[in-house]
Amino acid sequence: MTLEIKTTSLKPRRHTFANVARRLGADKPASRYDEAMFDLQATDIFHYRPTWEPQYELFDARRTAIKMADFYALRDPRQYYYGTYTIARSRMMESTEKNFSFVEKRSQMASIDPAWAQKIQDYLIPLRHFEWGANMNNSQITDVGFGTAITQATMYATMDRLGIAQLISRVGLMMDGGSGESLNEAKLAWLNGPMWQPMRHMVEDSLVVPDWFELFVAQNLVFDAMVYPLVYSEFDSVGQAHGAAPLSMLCDFMADWFDETSRWVNAVISTAAKESEENRVLLSGWYKSWAERAVAAVTPIAKHVLEDEGEAAVERARLTLENRAKVLSLTV
Amino acid sequence: MSIADKSTAKPRKLGLKERYAHLTRGLGWETTYQPMSKVFPFTDYEGIKIHDWDKWQDPFRLTMDSYWKFQAEKERKLYAVIDSFAQNNGHLNITDARYVNAIKLFLTGVSPLEYSAHRGYAHVGRHFVGAGPRIACQMQAIDELRHAQTQIHTISHYNKFFDGLHDARHMHDHVWYLSVPKSFFEDACSAGPFEFLTAISFSFEYVLTSLLFVPFMSGAAYNGDMATVTFGFSAQSDEARHMTLGLEIIKFMLEQDEGNVPIVQRWIDKWFWRGYRLLTIVAMMMDYMLPKRVMSWAEAWEIYFEQGGGALFEDLSRYGIRMPKYHEVASKEKGRLSHEVWATFYNYTQATAFHTWIPEKDELDWLSAKYPETFDQLYRPRFEYWKEQSDQGKRFYNNVLPQLCVTCQIPMIFTEPDDPKTICFRSTLYKGERYHFCSDGCKDIFLYEPEKYIQSWLPVHQIYQGNCGGATVPEVLNWYHMSLGNDNMDYQGSPDETLWNEWTADRHKSAI
Repeated sequence: MTLEIKTTSLKPRRHTFANVARRLGADKPASRYDEAMFDLQATDIFHYRPTWEPQYELFDARRTAIKMADFYALRDPRQYYYGTYTIARSRMMESTEKNFSFVEKRSQMASIDPAWAQKIQDYLIPLRHFEWGANMNNSQITDVGFGTAITQATMYATMDRLGIAQLISRVGLMMDGGSGESLNEAKLAWLNGPMWQPMRHMVEDSLVVPDWFELFVAQNLVFDAMVYPLVYSEFDSVGQAHGAAPLSMLCDFMADWFDETSRWVNAVISTAAKESEENRVLLSGWYKSWAERAVAAVTPIAKHVLEDEGEAAVERARLTLENRAKVLSLTV
Repeated sequence: MSIADKSTAKPRKLGLKERYAHLTRGLGWETTYQPMSKVFPFTDYEGIKIHDWDKWQDPFRLTMDSYWKFQAEKERKLYAVIDSFAQNNGHLNITDARYVNAIKLFLTGVSPLEYSAHRGYAHVGRHFVGAGPRIACQMQAIDELRHAQTQIHTISHYNKFFDGLHDARHMHDHVWYLSVPKSFFEDACSAGPFEFLTAISFSFEYVLTSLLFVPFMSGAAYNGDMATVTFGFSAQSDEARHMTLGLEIIKFMLEQDEGNVPIVQRWIDKWFWRGYRLLTIVAMMMDYMLPKRVMSWAEAWEIYFEQGGGALFEDLSRYGIRMPKYHEVASKEKGRLSHEVWATFYNYTQATAFHTWIPEKDELDWLSAKYPETFDQLYRPRFEYWKEQSDQGKRFYNNVLPQLCVTCQIPMIFTEPDDPKTICFRSTLYKGERYHFCSDGCKDIFLYEPEKYIQSWLPVHQIYQGNCGGATVPEVLNWYHMSLGNDNMDYQGSPDETLWNEWTADRHKSAI
């Protein structure tokens, strides 16, 4: 049964904005994602060259070697615009908050074996700085990237990485009784601990990569694909035997986030690779050089946490990444 | 010492402020594998000296968990209203279809600036050395994206029923009068990070927002535009955060080094004048485009700049900062600004994506009452003459393209500060070329950075050089993506007017 409420209906003169209609091929109702994404960025008629990079226009497709007939092909399969993005994250945070209070109320972190708790301190808490590097890299792409399709999604990734850095910090604060000592200790490890130096070296090198698409491949494909599966699934599952089930609850956000975000990263890279052989060669080259760095960067951490099993776990992550890259039509 | 030992030792818990510091600025580190100067290459070249980034006071302590929660809540409410507005044809409840022209000005002139702000803050949010200010800028970067997108979604419904809204981005980049806001923001985004923040966070958001954002939103509230005013309310708490950032960055620069004071003062002078010139469109919107008026431009200027801004600069005087240069010129112009500008747009409506009209008699009376010293003496007779002409079928359109000011890119329509009957012309020679300006303020700005402003893409020059689709009005309008006879010309006889009268015919009948 349906009820019909009578309303005045007026015939609209057009269904969407003209720029959207041009892209859809006809004036037809468009999604909110399309209206809030297409052509938001200026592409020509710039008044002044940026004083900070006068060799380029304010927005300039030449800032990457990747060539696209249309940068708006780099769509986000999640169709995130600000509203849907914040609502999705607030939902994830809602269950994360429940997990945090569940664990806190029962003092569950205290039930983790002390030796494993130390390992968590060693492998997890310094990652807040890795996340901060990821925040800077995505902010960089948002700054100099071309076209709102990619730059709005990297803006969301920028804030995601800050949020994750803060979640990791909260785990540290839960473990150190709220004193902040775990965070200080993690920072020292990040700065001076031998196990972290290949990772920090790699992250700092990424901070000065001039080509934003290379940076996208390095950070959002390679670094993340080596760090997330290792930390949030390999280390996590070994931790179960040491009473670390509560940590899985605290890190559930990161596991879900990685799955969700990988869909977007895959779509961006495969679209660019399929555009031309030149793009595919460039992307494959970037993939290869950064994958080597990333494998070397996570190996000492994996060995510390998993000991003899460490190298095998790294190899599993590497293989997964390699297969993923193949699916994205990169040469590995 | 292991973490397990420590958790039994019951250490002192962090206070909120310390906890927040750990969750934000504690994330950053001094790089060693790459030099800091390569990781952060843009913080020195403007001459601003920062000795201790840790002295930055976080203007709002917001972590991402709360940010997502608050913002998602606001988005849910806003989109519920937008949906309901569309479902119920909310546009029928506005005071009069002439009001929609304010919305057209907003979507083509202001919303693209929100987007530019988003990218500009992403730049600063990456490049400041301190993690604290960087996070504040990143939050503003994503907020500004929110504003651009929610404005598009809010106005999307109007686009379905009214002209002039269908190609805002294209028009912003191509249409002659929209080069005024476009060049304003590109001037800021092409500057260094500290000047950008002085321009946008301080001058624009802190000093002038009550004269830009607020009048549009109040105009929406007064004129029955529930969608736009709901957006305005929803953005209010974001704007409040942005204003605090603006004040904090100024204080931070001034407190860090005495040598920063003259640099900051010069930027304040420049961006006050740039911002004030941009506000001419708001002045005309307030006095002429709102069927139900909120307050006059002169009243707004007195309340929000002369009083509000006066108090602010009084407060900043302890750092050695004075009122922006030429603020007194702006005050001298307050009785004429909106009239000079509306008259100009009335002249050139054949090339605008909104309609103009001669105000109704009661509206002219309102203007006479609000501007007792200028309106009847200087402007009313001209509008009445044009009305007469129009009634005889001789609606006046000016077919001669105006000369533009190289700095603000507004036609040279402003009058001498002390003589409202003489057009103000200034000029200078630079590398053998003569450049023209509307005011001493704009000339000063050029003289300080001539290499920047000689790059200006001046619409009139470009039309004459043949870069805008052709030599005739229809060709140029086509290049603008303006639909002839729909988007442009007088409101009287426009499709907007015809349809509005059809939609509201029942209302008129029942009123009789």
